[in-house]
Amino acid sequence: MAMTEALSMELVERIGGSVDKVGAEERAAALSKRSIKKDSKLWALDLAVRCIDLTTLEGQDTPGKVRQMASKAIRPDPGDPTIPSVAAVCVYPRLVSVAKEAVKGSSVKVASVATGFPSGQMAADLRVEEIRRAIADGADEIDNVISRGALLAGDEQAIFDEVVVAKEACGDVHLKVIIEAGELATYDRVRRASLIAMAAGADVIKTSTGKISPASTLPFCLVMAEAIRDFQHETGRKVGLKVAGGIRSSKDAIRYLVIVNETLGDDWLDPDMFRIGASSLLNDLLMQIHKQRTGIYADPDRYTQD
Amino acid sequence: MSRVEVRKTYKLYLGGDFPRSESGRSYEVLKPQGTFLANAVRASRKDVRDAVVAARKAQPNWASATAYNRGQVLYRIAEMMETRRPELASEVAAAEGKRGSDKQIDTAIDTFVWYAGLADKLSQIAGGLNPVAGPYFNLTVPEPTGVVGIVAPESPSLAGVVARIAPALCGGNATVVLASEAHPLPSIALAECLATADVPGGVVNILTGHKDELVPILASHGDVDAIDITGVEDSAIADTEIAAAGNIKRVIRAEGSPSPTEAIAFMEFKTVWHPKGT
Repeated sequence: MAMTEALSMELVERIGGSVDKVGAEERAAALSKRSIKKDSKLWALDLAVRCIDLTTLEGQDTPGKVRQMASKAIRPDPGDPTIPSVAAVCVYPRLVSVAKEAVKGSSVKVASVATGFPSGQMAADLRVEEIRRAIADGADEIDNVISRGALLAGDEQAIFDEVVVAKEACGDVHLKVIIEAGELATYDRVRRASLIAMAAGADVIKTSTGKISPASTLPFCLVMAEAIRDFQHETGRKVGLKVAGGIRSSKDAIRYLVIVNETLGDDWLDPDMFRIGASSLLNDLLMQIHKQRTGIYADPDRYTQD
Repeated sequence: MSRVEVRKTYKLYLGGDFPRSESGRSYEVLKPQGTFLANAVRASRKDVRDAVVAARKAQPNWASATAYNRGQVLYRIAEMMETRRPELASEVAAAEGKRGSDKQIDTAIDTFVWYAGLADKLSQIAGGLNPVAGPYFNLTVPEPTGVVGIVAPESPSLAGVVARIAPALCGGNATVVLASEAHPLPSIALAECLATADVPGGVVNILTGHKDELVPILASHGDVDAIDITGVEDSAIADTEIAAAGNIKRVIRAEGSPSPTEAIAFMEFKTVWHPKGT
């Protein structure tokens, strides 16, 4: 396969770098204390809603569940038209056609996980086939998991190659590469995996599948955002960031927004560049918006659970 | 050599812990003569929010405990208050004067004993088999309302708050209590009894602070199912009831001494129809 200069492991070596563990955790903790109040908070809550990939990735998912979720994605609060739609719904490949039909006519995109989600333990040809099928069914975005096993065994080239192939299969479709930071164990490896994914053509890098613990943490987000920043300095290309897994409260969502803003700047405060993969977070955002506008703490029973 | 005095910091009781206010504020509590007694925490709206979250989380388990078990826990509170009687008495005496303080402790402890006995009798008294014109059993069962906000009366400082908490707990509710504003310290001493009496964390949450600041927050809160306005000033009752109407809260007021009616006021009723089979 012909590799352009932008698509090579050499780029990863050139950017390189390692992560100061204590420094990263300290900075993430310091940024998480920033106080966002009043109008800024409302703005951040609204942005967080617009950045959500409303997700259901369970064995028990049914077409009905996906349709319900899609209608919630389009109009999160049926009683309040001022609440914007979320960015996308995220489902398993089998349910892409259902989701696509359900969001028709709205701005909500359909994201499909692929390549043997969540483990990534799938043969190379089947990985590509799964991406092709999801796209054929109408997926606008692909959430692709890397083979962490290969990476941990030291085969970085394998990861690089599989992302190149995935991007080829995607064409213009947005490719998000899940590095599953929680399984990589060290921040150095998280940075390394991020750089490999970006060098191989990822449009977005994503923290976690949400299926393991720790999923998304503030330091992971910081380390990956710094990798994106360094990659942009080197190549000029802006790569997006998606955080997913365990983000349930508005407070957490705002903390991620602060880290992204402080590390990458406000170009990334946009659903095209930053996403939050979540399900229960949306209700908390709606309740916080209600509270912020009226001064009255909201009743959770007013919001649908699915 | 004289020893440095170890003075107590009065804190909130929230989710089974004793935190300071998230706001870091405090206010001065005065002796009956009007001189300084101690600093108490001045809780903020966020403390109210946190208390409601804790109560909501704790409520299902408390409600699903058997009535017999709830009775045991209420009795255990009485036991813990009895062992801490000197401390409770000195707090009450410091707040309202020595006169009548012993009597007040008796009343408070006896109130818990009384409701401990009622716990496993409540559903027989409040529920029952209703006569209906048809081949059906028609059953009425009392169920706890859920999370109850309690505005404790200003005085008596201890017996007053106990008279409102005990009937609410009896039926399986979780409570967020705003203590007497003028005499909050006996409520915190009570919290220390609750914490050692097998009351699950979050079932009772006690906040101290300014009522004019906290009552509207509690009364309007969408996740609070009922509010006891016994300790709300007459001039503020109308506004409190209007705020409570936002999510159709049950509004409750003390009737008097311990009775099933007091506990039933904190309950809702579920009616079930069941066909009579042969």
